Amino acid sequence: MGSSEGKSEGGEWPRPVVPRIGARLSYALHRVLAANALYRRLGAWVERRRPVYRWFTGAERVIKEQLYGCRMCGQCALPDTGYTCPMTCPKQLRNGPCGGVGADGRCEVHPELVCVWVTAIERAEEAGHGADLDLLQRPVDHREWGRSSWVNYWQGRDEGLGVAPGGDSPRSLVRRELGLSPR
Amino acid sequence: MSRPDETQAQGLRGAFAAGRFAVTAEIGPPRGTDAESVTRKAEILRGWVDAANVTDNQGANARLSSLAGSLLVQRAGVEPVMQLTCRDRNRIALQSDLLAAGALGVPNVLLLTGDHPRFGDHPEAKPVFDLDGVQLVWTARTLRDEGELISGKELTGRPSWLIGAVENPFAPPLDFRARRLAKKVAAGAEFVQTQYVFDFEVFERWMSGLRDLGITEHCKVIAGAGPIRSLRALEFMRTAVPGVHIPDEVVRRLRGVPGDRVADEGIELCVETVQRLATIPGVAGVHLMALGYERGVPDILRRAGVGPQEAAKAPKPSVRNRHHPMEGIGHAR
Repeated sequence: MGSSEGKSEGGEWPRPVVPRIGARLSYALHRVLAANALYRRLGAWVERRRPVYRWFTGAERVIKEQLYGCRMCGQCALPDTGYTCPMTCPKQLRNGPCGGVGADGRCEVHPELVCVWVTAIERAEEAGHGADLDLLQRPVDHREWGRSSWVNYWQGRDEGLGVAPGGDSPRSLVRRELGLSPR
Repeated sequence: MSRPDETQAQGLRGAFAAGRFAVTAEIGPPRGTDAESVTRKAEILRGWVDAANVTDNQGANARLSSLAGSLLVQRAGVEPVMQLTCRDRNRIALQSDLLAAGALGVPNVLLLTGDHPRFGDHPEAKPVFDLDGVQLVWTARTLRDEGELISGKELTGRPSWLIGAVENPFAPPLDFRARRLAKKVAAGAEFVQTQYVFDFEVFERWMSGLRDLGITEHCKVIAGAGPIRSLRALEFMRTAVPGVHIPDEVVRRLRGVPGDRVADEGIELCVETVQRLATIPGVAGVHLMALGYERGVPDILRRAGVGPQEAAKAPKPSVRNRHHPMEGIGHAR
């Protein structure tokens, strides 16, 4: 798709993207799009009709790609990362920055760019959402690539993507609804 | 635990249980089938360290596997810490190798995200990163403590390795680094090894962050150290190794001595670093990364006064320790 800009170096490795929209505005938009019964029904309706689903997913792709450099993993982590897409990290790390971040905050793989997690942490803290960064993010379900994360979110499939670290009783990694029961 | 058990406690688990300052070192497997090179390095370290890390295709360079290397190290009488990175394997292969390590009696695993292939000898390779370092630690804990795969399928027999992770206290965003380790500890990490410590100001701030979060009660912190033995190595570490931070005072100190004294000065600096690390509350051990200078590790440890050899001095030393084959080597300078 249209994420051709700046692909000259580093080939197809993901490249950190600084969002073109502020974190606060993103959180506000999220409230408008927050899951409710109406959206859930809309999502279900969209999903039942292939052409509509394709159109809807295409629109989502364009919007989120322009704003966040979205790569359509289909399981959006943006609400937990100060609306900064962790899938634009060359290692696609979803739980924070790797140890190779340069002293100036640059990405080790693309030294001309700022580490996406440096951006994410700054944005989340500034918007008062710093605590989200402590959530344990589950592994990506690779079957969801290219699917609509909005529909998935409205259908409640993203629940528990990020888990609060649970004091004395460690949280289970196993998502019984995933892996064992293909959709 | 009774006193005799404490002094006899072996390996990393033993050092932790006894509250003894732990010492680990690093062994890089060869580019080839030269098993002897691994055995040789292990024999140099035997008796001087509680365990030795066996790196997993270090720096994204293809090498003999860390699992095979761990077995060779174990056979040579040194407890291995098998490193495992997310770079080259998806979650199926990662779990498979973790189970293999469990079945073959590898007592410790160290789980990391891994360097990007960009830095290695196969930059054209596919970077996998199916899981990240935190998720891999979480996976290991699930295998061991819940006896299940990520898929929820039950295991027949559970591994019992100690779960380790890594952290770089010196990489931005500095304020987040203690919290990042907290995530790994919440996921199941029981010990952590750090990047080389040269900058004590930043390191101590990170340690105090860990203490504030209560992390040091759940996770043993093993601080990284290593000798810089030439100005060329200094430049390499400063510029080519991602995530290493060397403050100006260290650079000045090494550049300030005559060329033929740099190696000695670097080793002296390493000894001082180890000794200073041992005084910091919450630091449970030191991880010596000697960059192909394994023969010098015993000397550094003796001068710093740490490690099982030093701990064994007062009570009866084991036969193995007393007749250390490489005793005294590297002490010539």
